[in-house]
Amino acid sequence: MLLDLAREPTSWSGISPLENVPYILGLLGTHLATALPPIVLSFLISLPLGWLANRYRWSRGALLTVVGILYAIPSVPLFVVLPVLIGTGLQDPINVVIALTLYGIALMVRSTADGLESVDPDIRQAATGMGFSSRGRFWRVELPLAGPVLIAGLRVVAVSTISLTTVGAVLGIKSLGRLFTEGIQRNIPTEIWTGILLTIVVALLFDVLIVLLGRVLLPWNRSSKPAISIMAPKLADA
Amino acid sequence: MTPYTKEISMFAAGRGRLVAVGAVVVGAAIALSGCASGDPLDEGSSSGETLIVGSQGYYSNEIIAEIYSQALEDGGYTIERNYQIGQREVYLPQLEDGKIDVFPEYIGGLDQALNSDAAGGTKEEVYADVEKVLPEGLTLLDTAEASDQDSWTVTEAFATKYKLTDIASLKNVTEPITVGGNAELETRPYGPTALKDKYGITIAGFKAVQDSGGPLTVKALVDNEIQLANIYTADPNIQTNKLVALDDPDGLFFPQNVVPVVSDKVDDKAKEILNAVNAKLTSSDLVGLNSESVNDKKSSEAIATAWLKKVGLVK
Amino acid sequence: MNLFIDGLLWIFDPAHYGGTNGINTRTLEHLGISGAVLLIAIVIAVPLGYLIGHTGRGRGFIIALSGGVRALPTLGLIAVLGLSIGIGLDAPLIALVILAIPSVLAGAYSGFEAVDRRTIDAARAMGMTEWQIVRRVEIPLGLPLLIGGVRSAALQVIATATLADYIGGGGLGHYIFAGQQTGDYPQMLAGSILVVALALISEGLFGLLQRLVVPAGVSAGRPRNVRERSVRASAAVGS
Repeated sequence: MLLDLAREPTSWSGISPLENVPYILGLLGTHLATALPPIVLSFLISLPLGWLANRYRWSRGALLTVVGILYAIPSVPLFVVLPVLIGTGLQDPINVVIALTLYGIALMVRSTADGLESVDPDIRQAATGMGFSSRGRFWRVELPLAGPVLIAGLRVVAVSTISLTTVGAVLGIKSLGRLFTEGIQRNIPTEIWTGILLTIVVALLFDVLIVLLGRVLLPWNRSSKPAISIMAPKLADA
Repeated sequence: MTPYTKEISMFAAGRGRLVAVGAVVVGAAIALSGCASGDPLDEGSSSGETLIVGSQGYYSNEIIAEIYSQALEDGGYTIERNYQIGQREVYLPQLEDGKIDVFPEYIGGLDQALNSDAAGGTKEEVYADVEKVLPEGLTLLDTAEASDQDSWTVTEAFATKYKLTDIASLKNVTEPITVGGNAELETRPYGPTALKDKYGITIAGFKAVQDSGGPLTVKALVDNEIQLANIYTADPNIQTNKLVALDDPDGLFFPQNVVPVVSDKVDDKAKEILNAVNAKLTSSDLVGLNSESVNDKKSSEAIATAWLKKVGLVK
Repeated sequence: MNLFIDGLLWIFDPAHYGGTNGINTRTLEHLGISGAVLLIAIVIAVPLGYLIGHTGRGRGFIIALSGGVRALPTLGLIAVLGLSIGIGLDAPLIALVILAIPSVLAGAYSGFEAVDRRTIDAARAMGMTEWQIVRRVEIPLGLPLLIGGVRSAALQVIATATLADYIGGGGLGHYIFAGQQTGDYPQMLAGSILVVALALISEGLFGLLQRLVVPAGVSAGRPRNVRERSVRASAAVGS
């Protein structure tokens, strides 16, 4: 079916993407390897941060401001400055992973905080009344109830991260973004379009994956409740 | 790199969303594990005859790097490729650390990167300057005739209208001149300031276009959004779009002959191979190679193989 | 930390003001681009969002479309548009508007959606026409969420407008690109700091606006803190 090349191709050939499947898949593999760890890491790291913001109300404003600053930092300079700050090589993929994780955290913390905040205090009291420890209550009651908002946040993080990974191509970091830079230099619009469409498809694929994950983990949520958009702070019932 | 292709083609056959989802997860996991351990830079110094060849984030440079790679492979070396490295700040230290062994450079660009007070001059002068400032552990090999020079370029119509031949003749231009080029061109010693100081030509404005004289810049020139652009002389767009690179008799621009920079690991036999390649690489050759990439859209491997056979360096 | 200080010093250096590359010029350019993009995005997305929120139709498709646009790599889009449109502001403008629309759209329709159905029913019972309901009930009540969406969009646009100068569109991205190629870290940092500063100011202003547009009647009736104990609980515990 597909040619087994002795060596992975390093450049695009011709007009059609079909001629370049091994090349594209090679870039896709590196792209995913770079984008997936940040998605997982930012979710994990934002949990304690969101919990903190929720538990200690005074920290919420400060945390969200810091996170807001993080998100505003333009990506190219972050990719360039980060290695200087943390002392890794400029082309080291760990750089991009850290930068993407920072952006992921910036996106995720707000929904973690909002999600945990949206849990009705009555329910929390009921759980304590039932004998849950503070820790047990968090993991077995609050977190699952905050689930839908967390899933919504995770979807945004996944989609944004997969898209943002392409920016690393400006520094020569291998990803689907190379299809843009090479396509511009050699004036091959089909290559650029392939990069754009493939990035969108992969991102949407992960979006679907996370929705499925949400359905599996939170089966009680299957009712057709309107999905609250990620920026919506929870409005109290009138 | 390709084990997950089977899964993805199953998806294409429409076997259901679950399979597709599972496939992506499995594929991602495999890619993750494969790529996580496959970082060539992680391996540090390569053993024996394996050399690592790098290239800039510039398709033309990648072709030259591929030519070097294939010539060395023909000479019995095992080559690892690490192409499209966007920054000098990245690959120069890697060359020093032995994480890259061979890199095609341009003598003028290298000089300016290493010596911020570089004054320019003839090819020999610039070469000597680079040798002085080149970090320990790196060696400059022979230059090629081929050079990929900066140039002040205009459209043919513009040149005919004002009878433009060399840079100084820009004085004939009566309409406002907007210059296009990379953002850093504005502060370069051969940029708009040189036009003013050396030739008395004042430009009307500067538009930053970050594609280093690539198709965006060419399009802007052709559409007359800019009248003067910095296009590299090896760019096939000059011929395709009938552009005119103005002569540079005063040597305003640094010479940009192709020259390999190598690490200590490269032995004499490899150096000979690289020098032999450079001896055969002419400027018109380079334009031809670039044209095959941009106009015929051939891959750098195909272009390199064809050229090496043509000049008889490889059977 | 050193680098950060270098960046700040670069910003406060008077030599870097005035002229086409002056900090004042570039900052105004950047604000101008961002403002224009937001305005266009609002004009396109708000009526659309209101329509979807009010009728409840077309939600699925629009959500999917928004998701797709959020996945769009902006640099790639600017590149491919630039190849056909040419250099200047046009290509980045289109790309940035596309980037901004999903957030504004989400803000508009979620604002409408979050309005309690009972409130709308009551309005209908009071004899309001559909148009009156939209104008007098849904829009005012949905305003905070709409502003929230615009706020989100503003943040993204300000951060991403740095890409505009990749093809001569102007803005603060100039310092980043010029600095990157010459290894001039202070310049790159100065550009980044300025962008972040603009973003923070935007966040602050929009945050304030969000609080100000909540109709007085709503904030009066809403418990100030979601974690406040409900009356029932305190009655039971006796505190």
